[in-house]
Amino acid sequence: MGRTISFSEAIREAMEVAMSKNPDVILMGEDVAGGGGVDHLQDDEAWGGVLGVTKGLVKKFGRKRVLDTPISEAGYIGAAVSAASTGLRPVAELMFNDFMGVCFDQLLNQGAKFRYMFGGKVKTPVTIRTMHGAGFRAAAQHSQSLYPMFTSVPGLKVVVPSTPADAKGLLLTAIEDDDPVIFFEDKTLYNLKGEVPEGEYRIPLGQADMKRTGSDITIVGIGKQVHTALKVADHLSKQGVEAEVVDPRSLSPLDNQTILQSVEKTSRLIIVDESNPRCSIARDIAALVADQGFDYLDAPIKCITAPHTPVPFSPTLEDLYLPSTEKILSAAEEMIGETLTTV
Amino acid sequence: MKSVEEKQNSIQQEQGLWMFRKMVQIRKFEDAVREIFARGDIPGFVHLYAGEEAVAVGVCAHLTDQDFITSTHRGHGHCIAKECDLKGMMAEIYGRATGLCKGKGGSMHIADFEKGMLGANGIVGGGIPLACGSALTAKVKETDQVTACFFGDGANNEGTFHEGLNLAAIWNLPVVFVAENNGYGEATPFHYASSCTHIADRAQAYNIPGVVVDGRDAVAVYHAAKEAVERAKRGEGPTLIECKTFRNYGHFEGDTQTYKTKEERESQAEKDVIQRFIQYLTDEGIASKKDLDRIENEVEREVEEAIRFAEESPFPSENELTTDVYVSYPTDGGGA
Repeated sequence: MGRTISFSEAIREAMEVAMSKNPDVILMGEDVAGGGGVDHLQDDEAWGGVLGVTKGLVKKFGRKRVLDTPISEAGYIGAAVSAASTGLRPVAELMFNDFMGVCFDQLLNQGAKFRYMFGGKVKTPVTIRTMHGAGFRAAAQHSQSLYPMFTSVPGLKVVVPSTPADAKGLLLTAIEDDDPVIFFEDKTLYNLKGEVPEGEYRIPLGQADMKRTGSDITIVGIGKQVHTALKVADHLSKQGVEAEVVDPRSLSPLDNQTILQSVEKTSRLIIVDESNPRCSIARDIAALVADQGFDYLDAPIKCITAPHTPVPFSPTLEDLYLPSTEKILSAAEEMIGETLTTV
Repeated sequence: MKSVEEKQNSIQQEQGLWMFRKMVQIRKFEDAVREIFARGDIPGFVHLYAGEEAVAVGVCAHLTDQDFITSTHRGHGHCIAKECDLKGMMAEIYGRATGLCKGKGGSMHIADFEKGMLGANGIVGGGIPLACGSALTAKVKETDQVTACFFGDGANNEGTFHEGLNLAAIWNLPVVFVAENNGYGEATPFHYASSCTHIADRAQAYNIPGVVVDGRDAVAVYHAAKEAVERAKRGEGPTLIECKTFRNYGHFEGDTQTYKTKEERESQAEKDVIQRFIQYLTDEGIASKKDLDRIENEVEREVEEAIRFAEESPFPSENELTTDVYVSYPTDGGGA
């Protein structure tokens, strides 16, 4: 049975289920409990994660399985990778995906390549949970959405959920998956509420979800931008245009078929993503459809993305940086060839 | 007459002969690779361990298949000391399907997890956090497995050195960090690249024991490693052992080594690690020259067989290009 909980509670629930089922699942990261080594916090937490996502887990599972790490991303991400290939199933939290810069080697050259380099004899069941996303007024080094970089690395799986239920189902699958998975959590979604099944709930990787069906235009949204797409779809519907909103949910593997089938039906495609545009997932999906679904198209594909700039701090600029309903509507208008009223 | 203490300190016969065999295997294997590489039969590039045998062997003498090691780009010696199969290694270096990694890894990525060999590593310092990970597994699962983490003097200036040693120290992880200081990081001398006199001095910063040993003396390495491994098994945490050693050949094969003086090369050659160990074994009465000659002949044949095995093995089939990327992945998963 489902009940309404937040995105962040759904993520915590997936970890709790995985840890209860399997003693090899451990959590590690900066302040995942907080207060490591403090006498009066031996069985309690100071923070439970910088935004409280891992709250309560140290009380339930103890400090042996919920490890506060020093601020040493290369050290502990590398340790998580190797602990995975030697018998544990770690969930390591990299607080912000922007910090990937200081530990990328341990994923890019180590974890992602072990299985191939070592001739298929090794499994590396590690999950890296990390926050992404602009809109938090957190500026250039705490707001990026870097999943395209990881999607381009063979050996890594990449998940970007948009709803509480998806977050829970996909995270439990990710933790139980035998390959390294990078799990991106949009920090502006943590308070989003939604119905989430209780107990063990899993969603396979590589299965897109149709968040709305329609026959006139396909909008593929990534992460939080699924919600922007849904807002636009509601508005279009009032004007007689039915948009289909596709949420890929995992970028590697990517559900090519669902995207292609939707474009076959609607003949128009907009991709909405807040990563930078060059070599991005938006362009990747555009290329997929151009390559395999060109005959379905009645209009050029449109990518509504962030510009090729860092994330700005000033609220007015940051709002401008993100894809907006206005930008999507104007693209839709152009494709449909009719003037639509603005939101 | 030897004192009781001296007798206790001397290496047992079985162990001594094992060490000798491994050192000779490494030397003969590497010299063969050198020759084969020079004639163009080995693809890519190779970094040879010849000259540093005492380090890998002196440390691995204390490890079992259940213990772990992490290694470096100069990893053949570590593999051999950790009992990786010579045939599988040679075939891997040749890029053949029968290689330990099906020919998909090559010289810099030989691994054999069944032997606890967690992989040679093409990234300088890349193995240090990984050693913390295997040690963490042992700690969480409450086994008595130890991880030996080999790295060169170049890695001691990488950020992962600091992060890994600090992590191992605060978590009291069962790791023995083994710095192989051969005096050069690629073509740059240690004294130029490092602010410290000894890598082992840096142990103080992590509040762990740091010891300098003569890395060309297998007996010295053996004793230092014994203490460090026992310490790790007792749950007392990591140790940093710096082995001062010498790379007989260049950074990679083809390196003209203009940065080494002629005198340096000649004087070091006289201090050959294997000759020195032979001297020890015969002086101590642990082995006779005849025993050692027999082992050398056996190893000679093993290496010849390994070469023959590699040369007669097929290259990987075409479908191997796209297998082993993931444990599971939908066939239509994004252009794969």
